[in-house]
Amino acid sequence: MDSMAAAETCCGGAGISACQDASSSSHGPAPCEADAPEPGGLDRRTALKGIVAGLMALSTSACVPTGPAVEEFLQKHFKELSKNELDALLARLEKTYSEQLGKTMTVKATPPQEGVSFAYALDISRCIGCRRCVYGCVEENNQSRNPQVHWITVLQMDKEKGVDFHHADAYYNAETVPQPGKFYFPVACQHCSNPPCCKVCPVGATWKEKDGIVVIDYDWCIGCRCCMSACPYGARHFNWSDPSIPSDEVNTETEYLGNRPRKKGVVEKCTFCVQRTRQGKYPKCVEVCPVGARKFGNLLDPKGEIRYILEKKRVFILKEDLNTSPNFFYYFGI
Amino acid sequence: MDRFPGKLILLVLLVLFLIGGVLAIIVRSEESGASKTVPAVTQLPKDSQKDKDDKAAPEKEPLPEKEMPGTIAVAPPPFTRGIFPCMGCHEDLKPNTTQRKLTIRHKDIILQHDEKNRWCLDCHTSGDMNHLHLASGKLIEFTESYKLCGQCHGPTLRAWEAGEHGKRTGSWDGEKQYLLCANCHNPHSPHFKPLKPLPPPVRPENLR
Repeated sequence: MDSMAAAETCCGGAGISACQDASSSSHGPAPCEADAPEPGGLDRRTALKGIVAGLMALSTSACVPTGPAVEEFLQKHFKELSKNELDALLARLEKTYSEQLGKTMTVKATPPQEGVSFAYALDISRCIGCRRCVYGCVEENNQSRNPQVHWITVLQMDKEKGVDFHHADAYYNAETVPQPGKFYFPVACQHCSNPPCCKVCPVGATWKEKDGIVVIDYDWCIGCRCCMSACPYGARHFNWSDPSIPSDEVNTETEYLGNRPRKKGVVEKCTFCVQRTRQGKYPKCVEVCPVGARKFGNLLDPKGEIRYILEKKRVFILKEDLNTSPNFFYYFGI
Repeated sequence: MDRFPGKLILLVLLVLFLIGGVLAIIVRSEESGASKTVPAVTQLPKDSQKDKDDKAAPEKEPLPEKEMPGTIAVAPPPFTRGIFPCMGCHEDLKPNTTQRKLTIRHKDIILQHDEKNRWCLDCHTSGDMNHLHLASGKLIEFTESYKLCGQCHGPTLRAWEAGEHGKRTGSWDGEKQYLLCANCHNPHSPHFKPLKPLPPPVRPENLR
């Protein structure tokens, strides 16, 4: 934004000097406001000044050399970008991120596959609460290390009480897990079919893609956090200050709607590892889970593991009464 | 009259800015002309659709109806470093089929897997230590050890084949790699061992 600010200052300065030139040549030392007593003259002059200012503002966009900040300012909504504009945008982001992080970053915008609707299943009878998924996700998705952002929250619950959020503990720190009498309940974005977060976004910065992934455009997010208060799962996280990631831990394979570096003041959340799953791979949390409690696949594939689980296991969804229709299923494998 | 030059200069300036503004608009519209004439929203899905169709044709190879045991791609068995092939040592040893407690080698192996009823040679093969064997006596490779496990744990084997039990890595819509039972469960002591959890998250009041 620095060059934008500079541009405004520059043109503002030009405007003032133009006004001063005009007034000094016509009236000598008299200020611009000296015309005020004359009716008609005042109107004309004020109108002219207005027009001049307006025109200068118009010509500003052309006279300023187009820098990344200006391009960012003039960027269109992601869904309205043409192929060329999208390519230019991705190239600009790759350049910016590579300079920022001192590494060659790739930013892709892979479209959703046809005939695919992603779904996730999590076996709460197997999860042992080791938090491998939490930190695997942090590394894969370039979450801020300081201040800490975690997309997955693992809750420890009492077997006696069942799934009860009032008695859940996200800060357990036992020597070993699982602890007797406890079970573990990881929560992240549920990728609802009826997502309240997308309904409340005042600028259309978050939406549900055709393959079922709820995404955020970090360039479009204004940081109002309406979506965070609308989400009944606490799955959305806000960047309260500039995210920091050690340069050697940055994942250089990024996706525009996924794990590309974020900035201060935007909301982020689980994207089903869009940078992996749209390339056919499993999400990172599935691959790091040491007990195989996490399952991922295409809901529309009748032979896939998700359908096997939905048909054969005791499955439930979280906060069913809210009618959010999550695509994230919890089940009892044993 | 005295105000005439001022007005003139203002007019000239106005005209100049007008020209500048118009020029700017023209230049900008020419720059982004290509993109503006193409309706952005319709362009992208068409392209992606085409890409998808091109890619889909070879990718939509019919998958085998049911992967037969034996054709499942599995991770390498979790051998202790340098221990395989077993016959490297066992070649020169005389097979001893008497049930006993091992006292010379493999003392670290503590059998906690129906140990009252079984011992080494119920799964390992005397005389051909490089292979395991099923109850029928059929020799199998270490990479097929799931067949051996499945003799007792049938429902688990079926759930594993379906992708429900255990972990798959690779592609959700393509080639998958299965972990062997032994990759997660020590076959001599299969109960899953407790793990140390990674650190808890920072509480919101301590976030900086």
